Amino acid sequence: MKANVNEQGNVKVKPDTQAKVVIDCKLDKVYYGDFLAVRDSHVPIKKGQITGFIGPSGCGKSTVLRSLNRMNDLVQGFRFEGNVHFHGQDVYGSTVDPVVVRRYIGMVFQQPNPFAMSIFDNVAFGLRLNRFKGDVEESVEKALKKAALWDEVKDKLKASGLSLSGGQQQRLCIARAIATEPTVVLMDEPCSALDPIATRRIEELMVELKEKFTIALVTHNMQQATRVADKTAFFSVDISAGGRTGYLVELGDTRQIFEDPQQQLTKEYIRGEFS
Amino acid sequence: MKVFEEALTGEEISGPPSKSDYLMDRSFRGIAMVCAWFIIGVVGLLLWEIGYKAIPAIREYHLGFLTGTTWDVNKQVFGILPEIWGTLYSSFLALAIGGFFGVSMAIFLTQDFLPARLALVFRTIVDLLAAIPSVVYGFWGIFIVVPFIRPVADWLNAEFGWIPFFSTTLSGPGMLPASLVLAIMILPTIAAVSQDALRQVPYRIKEAAFGLGATRWEAILKVILPTASAGIFGALVLGFGRALGETMALAMLVGNSNQLSLSLFSPGNTLAALLALNFPEAGEREIPILMYAALVLLLITLAVNMIGTAIMSLSSRQMRSGK
Repeated sequence: MKANVNEQGNVKVKPDTQAKVVIDCKLDKVYYGDFLAVRDSHVPIKKGQITGFIGPSGCGKSTVLRSLNRMNDLVQGFRFEGNVHFHGQDVYGSTVDPVVVRRYIGMVFQQPNPFAMSIFDNVAFGLRLNRFKGDVEESVEKALKKAALWDEVKDKLKASGLSLSGGQQQRLCIARAIATEPTVVLMDEPCSALDPIATRRIEELMVELKEKFTIALVTHNMQQATRVADKTAFFSVDISAGGRTGYLVELGDTRQIFEDPQQQLTKEYIRGEFS
Repeated sequence: MKVFEEALTGEEISGPPSKSDYLMDRSFRGIAMVCAWFIIGVVGLLLWEIGYKAIPAIREYHLGFLTGTTWDVNKQVFGILPEIWGTLYSSFLALAIGGFFGVSMAIFLTQDFLPARLALVFRTIVDLLAAIPSVVYGFWGIFIVVPFIRPVADWLNAEFGWIPFFSTTLSGPGMLPASLVLAIMILPTIAAVSQDALRQVPYRIKEAAFGLGATRWEAILKVILPTASAGIFGALVLGFGRALGETMALAMLVGNSNQLSLSLFSPGNTLAALLALNFPEAGEREIPILMYAALVLLLITLAVNMIGTAIMSLSSRQMRSGK
């Protein structure tokens, strides 16, 4: 057994002195009803980095991501055991309102999901929700520029968000998420509905955005993780107990995970022996 | 006709559709066409029949019929402005009341406020409202609604009589009781169609709203309702159309008096009630006049539906296009 793995087969993460941990997720168990969906996944998300979540279907990578801003609370029967520390507080603390958590941790979804309103109103939505006192127009412009969409839409801000192409819609959703300048942005397979060119743009965008925002990224695409992620977390499915329970297998620098994986399972997955 | 013949070996599994396949295709298309044209034909026939029978009255009274305020069979003076006003006024009041409660109910029943099973019970009860006969609503209005609102109406008239809406006393039947009952009658339609519209809002749109940190009410009011607005508007148009044509309950509750008043408590009349009450005793001279009134009611209903459809398709086109 490798030195960085403890007796339960769980991974101990080596302390990284360079970057501060923004979200410290210590997930023990996640249930949907009686179904144990994910177990034992300790994922620290570090400031100014992109942390990629990879793994086969059903390994719980999306569930872990959505646990970070309590999006899973919308799912009936969802139960979380463990804690997620954000700014020194457990987001699952009994006094914490999930709505507040989501205002500080932004999210971009698998399918582009702009609202049926104008491009401007889409981006301004979060600002208005927070009763933003500053210059809304300026903030919208700033967010659209950061999302690399400004030049394409600056002459038609009143046009419906739904009139844009898929890739543009996803960048609009990114602009909407970053307009309120959240500390962390969670991205749940943001490119899975996009063509390769649009995917490339979003990937470039993610790398630019990490200067200012900390990003956690779920991706089904290993190449994407190697291209953008600083840290990579590999999840897999444990079928030994009869169910299909996801868990964290290995977490490390992206290069280490892909070039020198410590776990047999990671090795097999990286080599493409299962997916 | 043989296709690809040269390339075929005769052992393929694939082959062209058979003659009977084509026949089925064509006959299905034919039946669908016949049904569609039949409906258009029925509407056309209806318009023509009513219009044709109304011609003598149209020749005699011209457009003055629409602006006249007297209906006197003995003097042979006919005007339906109070009825047109009463039809639109009672329907708008009913739409305002029934629309508010119908849409609220649709939100309540679709946005996870209730456990699924309880929501089903509520939905069934609301749907049941649609099965109650009009005449029962009429009796209920006379014996329950009128006595119930009379003290309130009297008080409003005494304290706020200077406001046009409260300027008369409630003598019994009148606009307000008629509109209240009408509101309940159109409520199931509005609630059911609005529920469909709200249920069609994709989950990912809701997710987007919650992901930005919207509370439940913020998500409903700022995202879900606007997304479903075209369907909800359709529900309101449908409800308004029902209210325009509703007859029995109104004939029992509206007061059947040729008055042109803004007051909620004053009796009035509607086109449908006028027709229902006058047909049984109409002589040969009055039939064309009533047909003229029926034509007006039909045209109002058609116009409302067409304007509603136009607004809906315009707004949905705007939603997709860049404008």
